Amino acid sequence: MKYVKLVWANLTRSKRRTILTTLSVAAALFLFVSLRSVITTLEDAKQVGSESRMVTRNSISIVFPLPEAYYTWLSAVPGVTSVSWACWFGGIYQDPKNFFPQFAIKADSYLPMYPEMVIPEDQRGQFMAERTAALVGKGLMERFGWRLGQNIQLRSSIYVPEQTWPFTIRAVYTPTDPSFGDELMFIHYEYLYENSGRWATPGWYVLQLDDPARAASVATVIDEHYKNSGASTRTETERAFQTSFITMYGNVGFLLNAIGMAVFFAILLVAANTMMMAARERTSEVAVLKTLGFSDRLLVGLVLAEAAVITVTGGLIGVFGAKLIFEGTEFQGAGFLPGFEVKWGTAVIGLLIAVLLGVVSGLVPAWQAARLPVAHTLRRVA
Amino acid sequence: MALLEIRNLSKVYQRDSQAIPVFEAINLDIVAGEFLVLMGPSGSGKTTLLNLIAGLDRPTTGQISVSGEDVTEMTNRRLAAWRSRHVGFIFQLYNLLPVLTAYQNVELPLLLTPLSKRERREHVEAALEIVGLSDRGNHFPRQLSGGQEQRVAIARAVVSDPTLILADEPTGDLDAKSADEILTLMQRLNGEFQKTILLVTHDQRAAERGHAIMHLDKGVLTR
Repeated sequence: MKYVKLVWANLTRSKRRTILTTLSVAAALFLFVSLRSVITTLEDAKQVGSESRMVTRNSISIVFPLPEAYYTWLSAVPGVTSVSWACWFGGIYQDPKNFFPQFAIKADSYLPMYPEMVIPEDQRGQFMAERTAALVGKGLMERFGWRLGQNIQLRSSIYVPEQTWPFTIRAVYTPTDPSFGDELMFIHYEYLYENSGRWATPGWYVLQLDDPARAASVATVIDEHYKNSGASTRTETERAFQTSFITMYGNVGFLLNAIGMAVFFAILLVAANTMMMAARERTSEVAVLKTLGFSDRLLVGLVLAEAAVITVTGGLIGVFGAKLIFEGTEFQGAGFLPGFEVKWGTAVIGLLIAVLLGVVSGLVPAWQAARLPVAHTLRRVA
Repeated sequence: MALLEIRNLSKVYQRDSQAIPVFEAINLDIVAGEFLVLMGPSGSGKTTLLNLIAGLDRPTTGQISVSGEDVTEMTNRRLAAWRSRHVGFIFQLYNLLPVLTAYQNVELPLLLTPLSKRERREHVEAALEIVGLSDRGNHFPRQLSGGQEQRVAIARAVVSDPTLILADEPTGDLDAKSADEILTLMQRLNGEFQKTILLVTHDQRAAERGHAIMHLDKGVLTR
């Protein structure tokens, strides 16, 4: 503790440089933590789907629909207790930047399969009773300042793009798990079908199983049955479906990790350069301290402590800044990243990286201080 | 018994393949309480000798003992600890840390001791009082005159009560009046506090303040 004043005095020697370096580290750690949180959110999203629900989609791609006629046969597959379907509406509310996902669902069978959505009974009834009704997530209501009973208009990029689609918000759901997302909107499939010139068809089917252990055999039966049809299928558990949906983005994790590592090395060079400059400026002072009896080990400790104060302070600002900002704004990546949060595990990794930055950036100047030839340096100063 | 004993001390600098001898087979004894002055032309090796005595440099051959301890045999780590207890060094250019106040500069050597904060404060205040700067403890070096800076440097050199004070041209960068004050202060440290001092200087008037004068020239030390 008695060396704190000495470390602090050296840090405040060039206040502007210290502050700018600290802010650079803070910005880098903010970016790192944000990118890592995207990865953890996507990883969590893979766990959202139920193991007792299966999804049957077109084997070519999810963007290709399936015939409505499959419903009857799928309902009769042994092990399947109920079947429903949904499709992507692709609506735009006022402006494309107001993006949020909307799904047209066969509500009477779909909602009972999703207990994750908590809907007040009276609202559920009103939603079921009205074709143009919309079921909206709590977060979406807050995002746009909507209220129950409000009429909103969407324009679909898929179905009759030249017309607007009016909806009335009749129900609001609250998810039991944040990673399910509270910025989704559900509308009636029947309304879409009738007003789209009857060419809307299911995008995918959702199947409820009586036993999750039968998932593999059910998938085989369904996919074998439609193998040679015009729309062959791919059936998988909802969790696997979520995973394949996420991997549509490509290897996001690898990309974000690569950017994170690039940021880390860039800031390592910045911090190391600052510490080298700081150490070079006071070569003679290090020689004086050695003359007074400061050991090599102590000088190494002082230089490393100085570097660590800069990087750890920057780390704390960056990591907790990200946590506070994302939690304060309830950021969900425009609905693409439901349940987005900076986890404590991510915060700890960020802070460990800050400590590592301090040690690595301070290592060379610390070693130089320890190896400094005192007599030669003092003679040069004199 | 002498406080400082130097036996057959030689120093040769190696520049590329060329050997540059500074001095050879020097012998010197300094008894406790002595105020010895070392003079000589530039490049004669005066500062090198001080650095060797303080353990800041290693001799090519020979032995240096302070209070019976062989300095030349110590490891760097032990040497640093020994220096903090036994040597007070005064530089020509003061070499105070500009980011620390006068008080904090004087306190530096005490940070290496097990003294408590209160004990350190007592020692620092006593040292600043001896050099007549009790009221300047909170001033930074840039707020002090050259003479005052050197007095702070002297306070730093004596604050840990070292066995030996080594002064390398401490008046070389000062005007006559300030130089006189510094020399008077050093005489007081020697006379009143029985400090053993080895002073390197070019200045004949400064040299006359010591008990004895030694000359180092062309590698030969003469009294």
